Amino acid sequence: MSVLLPIWFFSERDLFETQRLRLMLFFFPLLSIQQMQFMLLFSRQGKLRLQKWYVPLSDKEKKKITRELVQTVLARKPKMCSFLEWRDLKIVYKRYASLYFCCAIEDQDNELITLEIIHRYVELLDKYFGSVCELDIIFNFEKAYFILDEFLLGGEVQETSKKNVLKAIEQADLLQESQNEDWGGLSEDIL
Amino acid sequence: MSVSVQRERRSRNLLLLSLGGRGKSKEAEIKRINKELANIRSKFKGDKALDGYSKKKYVCKLLFIFLLGHDIDFGHMEAVNLLSSNRYTEKQIGYLFISVLVNSNSELIRLINNAIKNDLASRNPTFMGLALHCIANVGSREMAEAFAGEIPKILVAGDTMDSVKQSAALCLLRLYRTSPDLVPMGDWTSRVVHLLNDQHLGVVTAATSLITTLAQKNPEEFKTSVSLAVSRLSRIVTSASTDLQDYTYYFVPAPWLSVKLLRLLQCYPPPEDPAVRGRLTECLETILNKAQEPPKSKKVQHSNAKNAVLFEAISLIIHHDSEPNLLVRACNQLGQFLQHRETNLRYLALESMCTLASSEFSHEAVKTHIETVINALKTERDVSVRQRAVDLLYAMCDRSNAQQIVAEMLNYLETADYSIREEIVLKVAILAEKYAVDYTWYVDTILNLIRIAGDYVSEEVWYRVIQIVINRDDVQGYAAKTVFEALQAPACHENLVKVGGYILGEFGNLIAGDPRSSPLIQFNLLHSKFHLCSVPTRALLLSTYIKFVNLFPEIKTTIQDVLRSDSQLKNADVELQQRAVEYLRLSTIASTDILATVLEEMPPFPERESSILAKLKKKKGPGTVTDLEEIKRERSSDMNGSAEPACATDGSTPSPSADLLGLSAAPVTNPAPPSSTNGSLLVDVFSDTAPAVAPLAPGSDDNFASPDLASSEVVSEEPADTVHDADELFHKFVCKNNGVLFENQLLQIGLKSEFRQNLGRMFIFYGNKTSTQFLNFTPTVICSDDLQPSLNLQTKPVDPTVDGGAQVQQVVNIECVSDFMEAPVLNIQFRYGGTFQNLSVKLPITLNKFFQPTEMSSQDFFQRWKQLSNPKQEVQNIFKAKHPMDAEITKAKIIGFGSALLEEVDPNPANFVGAGIIHTKTTQIGCLLRLEPNLQAQMYRLTLRTSKEAVSQRLCELLSEQF
Repeated sequence: MSVLLPIWFFSERDLFETQRLRLMLFFFPLLSIQQMQFMLLFSRQGKLRLQKWYVPLSDKEKKKITRELVQTVLARKPKMCSFLEWRDLKIVYKRYASLYFCCAIEDQDNELITLEIIHRYVELLDKYFGSVCELDIIFNFEKAYFILDEFLLGGEVQETSKKNVLKAIEQADLLQESQNEDWGGLSEDIL
Repeated sequence: MSVSVQRERRSRNLLLLSLGGRGKSKEAEIKRINKELANIRSKFKGDKALDGYSKKKYVCKLLFIFLLGHDIDFGHMEAVNLLSSNRYTEKQIGYLFISVLVNSNSELIRLINNAIKNDLASRNPTFMGLALHCIANVGSREMAEAFAGEIPKILVAGDTMDSVKQSAALCLLRLYRTSPDLVPMGDWTSRVVHLLNDQHLGVVTAATSLITTLAQKNPEEFKTSVSLAVSRLSRIVTSASTDLQDYTYYFVPAPWLSVKLLRLLQCYPPPEDPAVRGRLTECLETILNKAQEPPKSKKVQHSNAKNAVLFEAISLIIHHDSEPNLLVRACNQLGQFLQHRETNLRYLALESMCTLASSEFSHEAVKTHIETVINALKTERDVSVRQRAVDLLYAMCDRSNAQQIVAEMLNYLETADYSIREEIVLKVAILAEKYAVDYTWYVDTILNLIRIAGDYVSEEVWYRVIQIVINRDDVQGYAAKTVFEALQAPACHENLVKVGGYILGEFGNLIAGDPRSSPLIQFNLLHSKFHLCSVPTRALLLSTYIKFVNLFPEIKTTIQDVLRSDSQLKNADVELQQRAVEYLRLSTIASTDILATVLEEMPPFPERESSILAKLKKKKGPGTVTDLEEIKRERSSDMNGSAEPACATDGSTPSPSADLLGLSAAPVTNPAPPSSTNGSLLVDVFSDTAPAVAPLAPGSDDNFASPDLASSEVVSEEPADTVHDADELFHKFVCKNNGVLFENQLLQIGLKSEFRQNLGRMFIFYGNKTSTQFLNFTPTVICSDDLQPSLNLQTKPVDPTVDGGAQVQQVVNIECVSDFMEAPVLNIQFRYGGTFQNLSVKLPITLNKFFQPTEMSSQDFFQRWKQLSNPKQEVQNIFKAKHPMDAEITKAKIIGFGSALLEEVDPNPANFVGAGIIHTKTTQIGCLLRLEPNLQAQMYRLTLRTSKEAVSQRLCELLSEQF
């Protein structure tokens, strides 16, 4: 969390300042209110089903975080509390059937509202797919992403109304049909 | 086609691919994937141009494969091509691929940006939505450069659709987070604030997030958002559960928006306008009242949403920390949650109470829940909840309940989870030290710690107990007796052997009168542990033995026999062997007098920061060690007196055979650890000897004010001295404009300033060096009555909250009306971890800042020099050089002072002359100066001639300090 970078460089007029260079330890301005850092969906077997990162991280870091987090969360017993401290972050997670939904927020953020973000997302998926199951998310992963983007953008809640989110998705589906798209065809020759 | 049909058809085929691992080997899956990747690659590389549909199909497959966990290193270009397709689905898949897979790859970004630009300009809301989502998802700097100017326009344009506005707001927020410098503030900001009044709650929800982040950085500009947010919040909390239709979530009206609004209000102090303030208090009361109402639904979602709002309201109440009534109500509410059947609520209640414990209004109220919290420690099944309970006990601990809390923590430690043992050990050690009235209790506690959780007792803890025992002679006899008894246990932890060895080596004589602990018995007891111990411990014990030779001459021969044995003299370990040889030799040849001198009792350790605290801080993330700062401050006020840590306090890991006994006769003080700039901040904070803060309330009843420390040296470190320190830094700014003005363990103040003629602007940077928020942070620039008519200063208020590790900036606009003597004072007040901090430093705005250099010839110079020959116009000072007399540095300083440096003007080339004009609003004052160094005498003579006596005087004072 604390990124330390000197934020200014001394101008040439400060020729005689070298002996106190260490004083230049200065912080990079940090913005602390950040609703969500990332969201991960994974199965009980630890297979990642959806990943959404709201902070820039390298692929390597993402993989490492995912691995560690999946392990940590899967090791927890049912009835334990839905929040845990992990590195500098707070993890809010909930299990729905075979899927774990897992969000990372910052220390100061509101845990309960994040728990309900997860629930609302599940409701959205459920409504759209009609009683959603893990396979829906696997095979229609792009829909799962599109719904998430309508609901959360840049880690912040964009639209909480179920109706409005689904309306946006359905409009897109309509566009798709009017353009005579056949999604089923996509998979026919995948193997 | 219906979704369900899609599902059927797709899953039939994809199942094989994705679940290939089931029943088959992982290798088989990889093989299959690789085959598919090769196929796609050949399609992309093929001669035949792919149509949009196939391109989309393959890009989608790649994405699918990526999401299965395989690396994808091609297809980016095809995805980018899809962006410019007119078909919605192709575009959509292209954007999705880019959102998921593109990490600001500079070549592609340009192409992507182009496509986004077209879509933004298309006026087609669906396309605009896709483009905005993509920007928000990628959020790279290149995108900020390209779109940060455009998006505010979309956001506030009258004809933008609501859904696009929502995306635009959050998209802008993402860009602002990535590159705040690229988002231009302007007219749009006031219009954004008014989105809080928008009819569409979705727009308000999105806009609130944006406004909150912007307001944090530009509180002044977004001040109007406070009253708007309060009235919006008030409308929501008083609405019936059906009023907001789809924005009501399980009978809770707009919970997400409510939380965000309460968050926004936490960027500001309590509203000043009594009407707004009253309305906000009403809202908060309503929220607290609702918590007492019977639930409208049994669903957990209902209670979660309701309580999410409640907890955010409590955060706001704690943030304001101004309404005792609300604070106590909040505390009672949390008290109820402590016993709630929902684990989540118990967790959150414990967590919130930690913050409440640091408010003076609610500390007592929190303490009433001690039994419940202790019970939680014993009965909670979830370790993360127990951890919270430990944190809360730690936060609510004070003199009145320290014994109970420490006892409970020790109890818990016996069964505590391994993951949190070390932390509990540190906490117990700190509390025991901080609240010890009776040091025998402290010694008992630490020995208990070692007994219960020896493996988790870090070096810092046992170093600390030794430091304290050595520094307090009233506890030494007791300590010797206690360790002696503890060592009699058949199996005792090695850390106990270390403590025991050290303490008996120093103070074994205090209990030697008792025949049950005669010198020989002491020695035999220690030596019985010797062979079970590690090399460093054995090295320490050897030192104890040689100390025994001095303390108890009667067992000298026994000890010499031990030292002489082959297992010592020929030990494979070099350190042990060397000690054995040297100690044996020393005991044989040295006279009693020499032995007594060499092996004298250790002098008291120069006290300073407890290394345990540093350790705990390192261990724990931000926000969890709030209360610790208090101890640190209490202590540093009379401990920082000494310059350097003794070797045992040195935070770095000592070499395993580090000589704790300090056998070199003089007290061992390590050279100052080089303060490394690349080390972690924390290390730096604790290892440097930065000037102490002026207003650290010196706890006169501090535990560590041992007689030795109350020497004159320590007294001189009282606040008065720190003002001097600050003064020194102040003088450094006379010849320069940028740098660090002040620094202590909490706060760093940096300056950057520029001056032109009689005007100037100064940027003050306040850096929070801790991991805890500063609350009610109020810097004020004060001009004395004498100064006020001469100097106009305008400052903008800063955000009252400075987050841990964050930095805020304040601008001071300066106008020099007439010449002046004094410097304005910067007073800073803030609340940190429950304690009020107040400090003042002189702000280096000095008369010479308004210098305008003037070049002139030798002839001109001396002509003017002669004109200013009235004795009142000349001020001269002869002083000893404080710094090496380097001509280049001197030149740089004169230029830094602001005057022109005139070369070849003075007939003596060793002299320096300068000229310039001081600009004030009312007059301009010509100034000439001449500096004559005398290398032999290491002296300077400085002469200032100006048309005004006071100015000559002031400039001479300022400049004399520089050489």
